[in-house]
Amino acid sequence: MDLLAFFDIAVLDGTVRLATPLLLACLAGLFSERAGIFDIGLEGKMLISAFLAAAVSFTSGSVWIGMFAGIFASVLLSLLHGLASITFRGNQLISGVAINFFASGITVVAAQSWFGQGGRTPSLSGDARFESIQFPGALTRIRDINKADLPMKVYSELLSGHTIIVYMCILIVPLVWWILYRTRFGLRLRAVGENPGAVDTAGISVVRMRYMAVIICGVLCGMAGAYLSTGLQAGFVREMTAGRGYIALAALIFAKWKPWSALGATLLFGYLQALAIRPDILERAIGIRVQTQVLDALPYILTVIVLAGFVGKAIPPKAGGEPYVKER
Amino acid sequence: MTLFTKFFGATAALALTAGAAAADPAIIFDLGGKFDKSFNEAAFTGATKWAEETGGTFAEFEISSDAQREQAIRRFAEEGYNPIVMAGFSWGTPLATVAEEYPDLKFSIIDMVVDAPNVQSVVFNEHEGSYLVGMLAAMASEDGTVGFIGGMDIPLIRKFACGYAQGALAVNPDATVLANMTGTTPAAWNDPVKGSELTLAQISQGADVIYAAAGGTGVGVLQTAADQGVYSIGVDSNQNYMHPGSVLTSMLKRVDTAVYDAFTAGTELEAGFNVMGLDNGGVGYALDEFNAELITADMQAAVDAASAAIAAGEISVHDYMSDETCPVLEF
Repeated sequence: MDLLAFFDIAVLDGTVRLATPLLLACLAGLFSERAGIFDIGLEGKMLISAFLAAAVSFTSGSVWIGMFAGIFASVLLSLLHGLASITFRGNQLISGVAINFFASGITVVAAQSWFGQGGRTPSLSGDARFESIQFPGALTRIRDINKADLPMKVYSELLSGHTIIVYMCILIVPLVWWILYRTRFGLRLRAVGENPGAVDTAGISVVRMRYMAVIICGVLCGMAGAYLSTGLQAGFVREMTAGRGYIALAALIFAKWKPWSALGATLLFGYLQALAIRPDILERAIGIRVQTQVLDALPYILTVIVLAGFVGKAIPPKAGGEPYVKER
Repeated sequence: MTLFTKFFGATAALALTAGAAAADPAIIFDLGGKFDKSFNEAAFTGATKWAEETGGTFAEFEISSDAQREQAIRRFAEEGYNPIVMAGFSWGTPLATVAEEYPDLKFSIIDMVVDAPNVQSVVFNEHEGSYLVGMLAAMASEDGTVGFIGGMDIPLIRKFACGYAQGALAVNPDATVLANMTGTTPAAWNDPVKGSELTLAQISQGADVIYAAAGGTGVGVLQTAADQGVYSIGVDSNQNYMHPGSVLTSMLKRVDTAVYDAFTAGTELEAGFNVMGLDNGGVGYALDEFNAELITADMQAAVDAASAAIAAGEISVHDYMSDETCPVLEF
């Protein structure tokens, strides 16, 4: 037993990397669901953004242009979801599933006809991908870092060497909290998800508020997807989101639809993913060998426990999933 | 002319065109898709080579979900394609069903054994090829730790891992072999992000050569190894060109040869077992202009000697799938 092994720097470093796309997608879902629009299309939006970000980065040679293209595609899908579920009052779950299927198919087809490399984009290099930012004096290669002492390890591995999106994420949680709880817009957004009738009576357009929410959701999902293909990886591979949109959704429920809790939940889930990659550390920490599948399943198990009401109650926004009808 | 004869004529014409297609072979790819830079692409290369050399044509199909398997084979069988080749272990169950219904047609399945009088089962001795790249890995490693990253955790991939570990330990008995699998679902073949993380994890445990047998996930492994300045080893197709100077070699599995041979045999395809190993060039390691500087003459000589010894039966490499255990590696 060596409980300190749980705080292995390499695992914490992996946590930061893996939690970033989860956090962005989770906050995307938070905006949408707080406004009363359930969104299980997070996965699809991330995927289409991952594809377009990589494809445009490669073509234009600039990762920033690529990222904006990815965000653009993700927002388009968001608007489609909005059109189906806000304007036409369709079923939000079905629209979300449709978006996931659409993204899964179109990315491979488009990548194949664009690059002819079997549904993937060519490998990105140089300015076409987010390079990791190295702090002054930080070591870059893991093999050198391993030989360094603890403060240098923390500095070089945990703090330094991430992409710009990771550092932006540190600011994004307080920003989201401030918008939701300290601005007029945030109050209205939350109200639209709880009692759209009251918002409407106050003379505010429910439809407009909800569209704003899904657009913000699209932007954040777009960032998450672009980070996957141009930050974490150097190119798009089919289905590369690999269920991260669903884990983000689970994290959203686990966090009870609150921004700071969302940070905690995604860090926890990211940590579990990072730990699943290092069975040797887990074995050192608790003294027994655990199958990695158990760790892979833990985010979902924890979510079910929360949903079952064991750890306080997870109450979704009251008007969630309900299309708003002005008059019957 | 009566209506009846018109229809009759049309049907006869159709039957004639169908007859023309009958001699053509067909190939069905597995879920990775035919441009996966690896297994399926090798199958496609073999089929294309046959078409270019003989001027013949062949039919092909890429399935997009597991549910399409039986339907895909049946469609080609119904249209009279012969032989029908399919690449991938998952074809076993559907083929066993369909092969029985079309006793006059010949089928060939790669990576799986189907016991039927009209099916040729092609299996590869991946453990032998992996043994060779394991030797190269241990010789290239500076501090004696080498890594293996598999895709989905299935016996076939463990067979790769086990052969690799045996090869590495044969060169350096003190070597440490790290082995990780990406996952337990088919999504594990297409998760380069997790592949990257596993690579970083193995590097931080000291690995400086990492062998990826993981389909699309391997793209992430090779990329991260190149970024971190360690060696990687590709699989199935020759992947040396992907990151010249970083990809040490690739374990070649000549799926292209298997498909080419099956197409060449045509309707005369011989049913039964076809084991492709080191002795008949079915597996091997890749040496080309992209890794010529990484493989020294000594390394090449040692591996070629081992290759000859395995082919002659002097060295026996344990096959994980024979008894589901590996003497040198724990999963």
